Amino acid sequence: MRAFTAILAKDLRVELRTLQSVPGMVLFAVTTFVLFRFGLDRTSLEGSLAAGVLLATVLFAAILAVNRLFVAERDQGGLDAIRLAPVDPTAMFAAKVTALAVYLVVLEAITVPIFAVFFLDEWTALAPLALVLLLADLGLAATGALVSSLATGSRARDLIGPLLLLPLLVPVMIAAAGAADPLLAAGGPEYDRVATWLAVLGLYDVMFLLVGYGVFEFVLED
Amino acid sequence: MYPRALLTLSLATVAAIVAGFALVFFYAPLDADQGFIQKIFYLHVPLGIVSLVGFVVAGLHAIRHLRSGDPIHDARSYVSIHISVIFGLAVLATGSIWARASWGKWWVWDEPTLVSFLIVFLLYATYYPLRYAVEDRDRQARYASVFAIMAGAFVPLNFIAVRLAETLLHPRVFATAEGGMPGSMWLTFAISLLGIALLWLTLVRFELAAKSASAQLSRLRRALEGSPRAAPAGAESRSSAAIGAR
Repeated sequence: MRAFTAILAKDLRVELRTLQSVPGMVLFAVTTFVLFRFGLDRTSLEGSLAAGVLLATVLFAAILAVNRLFVAERDQGGLDAIRLAPVDPTAMFAAKVTALAVYLVVLEAITVPIFAVFFLDEWTALAPLALVLLLADLGLAATGALVSSLATGSRARDLIGPLLLLPLLVPVMIAAAGAADPLLAAGGPEYDRVATWLAVLGLYDVMFLLVGYGVFEFVLED
Repeated sequence: MYPRALLTLSLATVAAIVAGFALVFFYAPLDADQGFIQKIFYLHVPLGIVSLVGFVVAGLHAIRHLRSGDPIHDARSYVSIHISVIFGLAVLATGSIWARASWGKWWVWDEPTLVSFLIVFLLYATYYPLRYAVEDRDRQARYASVFAIMAGAFVPLNFIAVRLAETLLHPRVFATAEGGMPGSMWLTFAISLLGIALLWLTLVRFELAAKSASAQLSRLRRALEGSPRAAPAGAESRSSAAIGAR
């Protein structure tokens, strides 16, 4: 537990001081919204189109953070330090998942209101939408941290990361979009099948957290 | 030992496949609705089932590899994925032919089985870039196993998500097709499935045997050239870790 808090605090402190990931993600997301605004040429979006625009943007912004998640460790010898230290290597996995989830929550806290200003007529959906996004973030973070650790150890990490991540995240995207679709319906939020989709998201999160917990030490081993 | 077991297995495979095709063409009744083209069902569906099961088997081998560290399990996991990806290509091809003949289109996006299979196929296609982007042999084997476990867990989850997504809009029309299948079709299907499963197993065994033979050959060649650093006997088990090197 001490190793977990130490690594997490280190990551968050580094991010606060260098501002490497989150500002870039926010800028990317806002630019993407502007592109969609012009590309789709619609003054407001609802239903599956709104869900698709929001979640695709979050997904691609998340890839930016996933690519950078282990860069400092690899370049500065943090991985060797963890191997030498008498701590459970899965503490590092937990810390990285949490750090990535925090980045995503901050990203969404800033960009979802911007999304609403750009595209939504009705703001009442935002509260239930937060729960959907939170569960999606957890799945993104679990898969993202594991894929990032694999990609960092390979030669072509910028290529391998997104390549592995996109198909693995298809179920998260389907489930999150399925839940967000009725919430963003034209005449205010509806709750048709939202619970089913939240259950699928929860199942995905639990499954990939367990897989990561089980295999992460083998990625770290050298 | 290898040749004898492989010979028996190959003969059994040939027998099962010949029997399967004989049943398909001479015994199974023509489908009243689709006619002759429906017979591709006996090839397409077994290929799909076997390749998906093969992916999960690869994940199980990968778990054993990570637990024991024995490179032979990594080799099995790798070859299982390799043959399953090839079978997967055949599934997509036969499926497209069937779809063209039966639905009039090469590909239908709102049929969940097609889309979920395509996603699984795309995911496993990234196994090769990942594997060959890692230079260190041990690490390559470990990373490949981690991937195989992740992807093996992903296969059932993906099917749940995609299937749920589609039932939102569409009733499952084709689910009733199997329920109404007569016994003669079931028998033909079972024999075809057995034949394809044996084919998968035979191909996996042959590729493993080929890899082990070529590793042995290069070891012998090195010993024959009399290089002072020729691999000692202890390096034997290591050499099967060289499978990924090609």
